[in-house]
Amino acid sequence: MIAALWDNRRFRNWGGQLLLLGGLAALLIWLVTNTVANLDARGIRVGFDFLSRPANFPISESVLPYDPADTFLWAYITGVGNTVAISILAIALSTALGLIVGLARRSQHPLTSGVASVFVTTVRNMPLIVHLLFWYALATTALPAPREALNPLPGVFLSLRGLYIPALELDANAAAFVGCLLASLALLVAFRRKVVSYFRLEGGGAGLLLLAVSAAFALFWAALFIPATSLSLPEYKGFNFSGGLRLSPEFAALMVGLVIYTSAFIGEIIRGGIDAVPAGQWEAGRAIGLSERHTLTHVIIPQALRIIIPPMTSQYLSTVKNTTLALAVGYPELGLVVGTVINQTGQAIESIALLLGTFLTISLAVSLFMNWYNARVALVEAR
Amino acid sequence: MTITDTTPILGRPALATPPRRSRKPVVHVFFGDLAATSLTVATGFLLLSMIPAINWAVFDANWTTGDPATCREGGACWAFIAAKFRFIIFGVYPPDQQWRPLVVMGLIITMVLASLSPRLWGRKLAYGWVAAIAAMLTLMWGGVLGMALVPTSSWGGLPVTLLLALLSLGLGFPFAVFLALGRRSKLPVPRLLSILTIELVRGLPLVGLLFVASILLPLLLPAGWTIDKLGRTLAALTVFAAAYLAEVIRGGLQGLPPGQVEAAKALGIPGWKTVWHIVLPQALQKVIPPLTNTAIVMVKNTSLVLIVGVFDMLSASRVAATDPLWPAPYVESYVFVAAIYFVICFGISNYARWLESRVQARTYR
Repeated sequence: MIAALWDNRRFRNWGGQLLLLGGLAALLIWLVTNTVANLDARGIRVGFDFLSRPANFPISESVLPYDPADTFLWAYITGVGNTVAISILAIALSTALGLIVGLARRSQHPLTSGVASVFVTTVRNMPLIVHLLFWYALATTALPAPREALNPLPGVFLSLRGLYIPALELDANAAAFVGCLLASLALLVAFRRKVVSYFRLEGGGAGLLLLAVSAAFALFWAALFIPATSLSLPEYKGFNFSGGLRLSPEFAALMVGLVIYTSAFIGEIIRGGIDAVPAGQWEAGRAIGLSERHTLTHVIIPQALRIIIPPMTSQYLSTVKNTTLALAVGYPELGLVVGTVINQTGQAIESIALLLGTFLTISLAVSLFMNWYNARVALVEAR
Repeated sequence: MTITDTTPILGRPALATPPRRSRKPVVHVFFGDLAATSLTVATGFLLLSMIPAINWAVFDANWTTGDPATCREGGACWAFIAAKFRFIIFGVYPPDQQWRPLVVMGLIITMVLASLSPRLWGRKLAYGWVAAIAAMLTLMWGGVLGMALVPTSSWGGLPVTLLLALLSLGLGFPFAVFLALGRRSKLPVPRLLSILTIELVRGLPLVGLLFVASILLPLLLPAGWTIDKLGRTLAALTVFAAAYLAEVIRGGLQGLPPGQVEAAKALGIPGWKTVWHIVLPQALQKVIPPLTNTAIVMVKNTSLVLIVGVFDMLSASRVAATDPLWPAPYVESYVFVAAIYFVICFGISNYARWLESRVQARTYR
């Protein structure tokens, strides 16, 4: 009878699946009982109530305002804020640098393409953490003391204390100015088709008009509010710098290392995407009388984008995940904050769950956004 | 005129010789037009700005020194690397026993060289690898054949880096095959479980997994079970490698023509035999070039174990630079370690390119 059952395909499939589920459930139960026993033995109480207690540890720099008297929950949020900030900054900068690297690799110029290819090969074959530690070591040992700070540009100081740059101090009026400027630009871009058709600017005039109108907007608002904006220059006073914006060595090393590393990968993705568009597309564009620029913008780039976006998505995602390496150089992103909280409270399970949950959420959000964008670009092709 | 003769009556147009590529004079390449000139100037400027770094690293560098304290004056202190070479490579492994990790590295190099040619791939080579890895671990641990016992807490340096990469890939591979097959399965339970596992691991940073392994794993296991730090790290790396390998293998499975499975079904070959003898051999052969990419990623990722305090090559170089006798030559240390990683990864990627060209040559024969 068992043989008959074994020969029954449906029975075998369902039996196998039930067995798999049962095994998994047994494993989970085993792990949970172990954990409960271990926690009991060590006298650790599980729960998220510790989040409302004051954190009592400093975070050296943060995008969000933070004070050691704040709660553990706020410390987490500060960590998440730092992670998000460095992720966005690193992705934006390395996309820009990656575009340069990718185009340089494709260049006909032997010197430029040679330098770019040496850069890509060198950078990609070394671990990111070595890059970060290298730049951090450079920033903390090779730079001069604050007294003899390097002053490459007026108002820019580079020393062991970090990089000091002029800061634009915005008050409420100036913030309103920037907000208005961005809003008017966004409106213009959103309605650019209407603007273009209203003024009958089908050719190259459209971009010019947009620029002119935005400049007019900017000038108008600037004339109203510019006295409210001031430039704060760093200067060496006593034993330290005052004024300006300070970029810590940790932040600078992290940013330089992460951007260089990521840009090498992005450069290769962009180069591969443009290379993958067949040469016949260029020729066809010329044959139907499109200008070189229009061939590029209307024929080549849309097709290259479709090839570039999926690998670019995974590159962006791994950049977000790579920001956790910041804890090797001591920049207080989420990983470092979580490590500190575990040391302080011993609430390892909850803290790690928060860490993993945050990254899963970010990963999911980025891939959803990129999928949406990918679908949009793919539609252009189907039209 | 026969039917097979398709020569046009008006005669064949003269065979166009491909236009000879005109060799532009060098001056023209670099200063031919505005774009070329500006690129030359920009790149030249970039290269000129590297001169201080090259001076520091080569011309002003100290290759030998009598006095460590003044070694860094003027240029790089490569004498430090010469002095600390053994420590960076072998870590805190007992000095009189360091022939053992040396033999281990020799074994690894021999096995890698022996596996290069696709002609030798087969069951024998796989058994050879298993035997070699068993021999490596025995050599590292000792405790038998008159070799002193060396606990994993004393292992360090390059052998740890190489072993972590090899073992995580080797142990992760069988799991990856199951995950990939599960993800392609028509049954809901294995498919969902595989998708969940793969996407969960791929959505997390490796640092997070290392935290889980080093902090949570002791809580999850019964009180009596202890796994040392190296073992826990290896577990995290294995899980990570398995998820990424699974996606590569899935690519190979998808590339297999469905006719192969249908033919097996038509011949009445039972399911598991089809998978084992027909699907997997063909799929795995296809994915070997992309698998080398994962190998590079894993070699680079082993450096992350520094974060949970495992003494790999990078940690060893960092500790070496803290020696107060020397003027904190961290930069030199990291450059040296980066060079070793570069040699390994560059070697693998060039091998992959060669392999790919071979595979293509065979496919299009």
